[in-house]
Amino acid sequence: MAIFLLRRLGAAVVLVFVIATMTFLLMSMTGGDPARNILGDGATVEQVAAKSAELGLDQPLAVRYVDWLGAAITGDFGRSWFTNEPVMTSLANKFPVSLSVVVTAILVTALLSAVLGVTAAVKRGWIDRFVQMFAVLGFALPNFWVALILVTVFAVNLKILPATGFVPFATDPVRWLLGLILPVGALVVGTIASTAQQVRGATIDVLRQDYVRTLRSRGISHRSLLFRHVLRNAAPPALTVLSLQFVGLLGGAIIIEKIFALPGIGSLAVNATLQGDLPQILGLVVVMVVLVVIVNLVIDLLTGWLNPKARVS
Amino acid sequence: MSEALIPAGAVVAVAATGRQKLYRRVLKNPMAVVSLVILALVVLSAVFAGQITGWDPGRADLNDALAPPFGEHLLGADASGRDVLARLFFGARVSLIGALIALATALAIGIPTGLIAGYFQGWFDSLSSWFASLLMAMPGLIVVLALISVIGPGMVGVMVTFGALLSPGVFRLTRSGVVSVRRELYIDAAKVSGLSDYRIISRHVLGVIRAPLVIQASMIAGIAIVIQAGLEFLGVGDSSTASWGQMLSEAFSNIYVAPTMILWPGLIIGLTVGSLAIFGAALRDTVQGAEPVRRVRRRKPSSVEDTATRRLDLSTAATAAVVSPRNGGQEDLEPNDALLVVRDLQVGYPQPDGSTTIVVDGVSLHVDRGEVLGLVGESGSGKSQTAFSILGLLPDTGAIIGGSISFAGRTIASADGAAHGAAALRGRQLGYIPQEPMSNLDPSFTLGFQLVEPMRQILGLSRPAAKAKALELLDRVGIADPRRTFDAYPHEVSGGMAQRVLIAGAVACDPELLIADEPTTALDVTVQAEVLDLLRGLQRERSMGMIMVTHNFGVVADICDRVAVMQAGRLVEQADALELFDDPHNPYTRMLLSSTLENTEPRSARSAQPVSSRGTAR
Repeated sequence: MAIFLLRRLGAAVVLVFVIATMTFLLMSMTGGDPARNILGDGATVEQVAAKSAELGLDQPLAVRYVDWLGAAITGDFGRSWFTNEPVMTSLANKFPVSLSVVVTAILVTALLSAVLGVTAAVKRGWIDRFVQMFAVLGFALPNFWVALILVTVFAVNLKILPATGFVPFATDPVRWLLGLILPVGALVVGTIASTAQQVRGATIDVLRQDYVRTLRSRGISHRSLLFRHVLRNAAPPALTVLSLQFVGLLGGAIIIEKIFALPGIGSLAVNATLQGDLPQILGLVVVMVVLVVIVNLVIDLLTGWLNPKARVS
Repeated sequence: MSEALIPAGAVVAVAATGRQKLYRRVLKNPMAVVSLVILALVVLSAVFAGQITGWDPGRADLNDALAPPFGEHLLGADASGRDVLARLFFGARVSLIGALIALATALAIGIPTGLIAGYFQGWFDSLSSWFASLLMAMPGLIVVLALISVIGPGMVGVMVTFGALLSPGVFRLTRSGVVSVRRELYIDAAKVSGLSDYRIISRHVLGVIRAPLVIQASMIAGIAIVIQAGLEFLGVGDSSTASWGQMLSEAFSNIYVAPTMILWPGLIIGLTVGSLAIFGAALRDTVQGAEPVRRVRRRKPSSVEDTATRRLDLSTAATAAVVSPRNGGQEDLEPNDALLVVRDLQVGYPQPDGSTTIVVDGVSLHVDRGEVLGLVGESGSGKSQTAFSILGLLPDTGAIIGGSISFAGRTIASADGAAHGAAALRGRQLGYIPQEPMSNLDPSFTLGFQLVEPMRQILGLSRPAAKAKALELLDRVGIADPRRTFDAYPHEVSGGMAQRVLIAGAVACDPELLIADEPTTALDVTVQAEVLDLLRGLQRERSMGMIMVTHNFGVVADICDRVAVMQAGRLVEQADALELFDDPHNPYTRMLLSSTLENTEPRSARSAQPVSSRGTAR
């Protein structure tokens, strides 16, 4: 198990490094003059040159890369070109908000799709048809449109839930939760729809296995068969889907945050994109990828714990 | 979410179907037709947007601002007084072209790399597979946003990027499809006959993955439409032309004034993407074959006779003649204290077209305490189905539709479904030994756990007591190091050991009847004899009744007291083992016996003669 863990950890570090490097190189090859962008058209050539020197843009690419990487390893992604705020500070302010939404959404997705998927696989009948129809519906309806509908119904018309704003958990847990209901609700429609269907498929696959029949022949209770044997064997593929959903949710949250005016990474990402704020975007991408890698690592570990065969491979 | 959509089985299934037939079958699916019609309408409205509507999508008229629907503007006008319907039609252009660009990129990257990786394997395979998982770990929207700051907000660049990010799904699908066929014999045959790699790939390999790729493509197009709308909604797209996402964004800013404005663009996105998804699902269902009818409605045997189509190729003359004289008075032979009595058992599988395929037809047999009954027949003769009926473990799709089964005087199964006794008996009175040892052990639990669990539930033993008993059993079934095996996982032991563990599990709760379904077929020849010895030993010391399902007369001669021979779902002969070997009445039995090569004289290569002329065994 220790070797399994080390291997995965090593692969994760390599992945983060490669993506960080690729992003840096791509972003640095941008056309145009960043210093000119920052200062605007009114600035003189001297001012622009001075700004370039200040930002280190007059250095060769290799030097800039080594400098950036060296600092990034220590968690220092430099300062925003436009606000001059340290990138790490703004990320530290924004990420908790986005993570509140994404983590809650992934937990809700895991729970509800497990219940729906397993019930559909075992009971079949109407709930099975519902899960399959829901899968198409959840795929077809963009989550930001669902969010708009939810806002219209619950915030504009019924006025029972807040349309906008975020209250930190530490300030008021109840209002924190109320504020999360609509954004999370909008996000999970799609993720539950596809995850539940995957859980259903995985469960049906396991139910068809020979060993399930043999376990039945041993007289094991239905409950034990389902919750111990079937769920455990159906979990790894479902977990893999869940980790992909997490990646998708990080992106989806950006749009959702705009609708609910949540002060998360969404506005940061969009503004940095529109301005071409290189340090900000780089920091954002790296932190995102680290998050994704951590989640994948956790999922890998869970899979290894559930499935003894995965530990050796 | 892309690659998990298509199970590996789909890939192989297509190979058998053939292209023309497949697409014709898809068009018989009403869902597929409806979704294709909707997609066609969307495409047509995009192409002929200018001709259909008289409104210019860009013409703003503040007099018409937020005009209600069904007036001069069919769907009303937006905040700047632009016609909503016209903008929907013209917006479709942006969405469809964007989806096409993303799709083309994903296919252009995914298919060639997948083909090369899967067909040639080696370093390119490892590198590209690693790169694919790297791309999948990237949060797509963030990457696209980051790239927009480099390449600008032009739609083409954005959708190419997005297509590249979606290409791992295509790559993996192509690669796994190729890997699954490249070991097939017909590929070898093509190689031997001198076809070039290029020809083999384009002819044989691409044909196999065509349908799964269409399914994947419909998903990619759907995702691309949604993502593009999302980017437009965020305001990072091209704002000069009408698009669905941009319409949503404008509707959002007027959500308090005109909340219904968000409906139209959302509905058209939902309709388009939903049609793509439904078409993909319909194609997938066609590829995999429709799911069979689920729950079996139990009918009276008489009605079955009317409605069921008998798919079985029963050569009725032969079967009628067969019922051998000594078998005719079966009811009389059946002792009063028989452990298991099966009467006129009929097992059927309802088909999607409403008929029922009957796989066991009127089988009657009995097993006494301490007696070993051999149930013999070739594959598909219904012997395993009979065994599963006794255990109450028929698949969901099948059911007992006639006759009854009783155990120790109690009816445990009958056609009307009134008796569900087998469940209560399983483990306690009925034990089961499967054919294939490795697939019959739960891979996620230790062997010990799988032995202990039923003992605790059924015998109510404490954990240590159950463990002690399990170790004893493992020792009894001839495992050299019971402790180590107890802690091992199924993938850590050999097939022979796994089968011994399964035998230990079957007898753990002291059943009175053991049903062994070809327990030695999957084992090495050297292990077969040992396992048979073990079974006979256990059966004698516990004086269990036993049904030995087999197609091997060697096994029958070794262990069985009585033999029942099945052919095409029917019982054709039943006799004491010795009697049957001496004097088989039924022609089918004689044929089975004669095809057993054991005990025949060794043939020399030169004087090889047809087997049939060699006479029967013994």
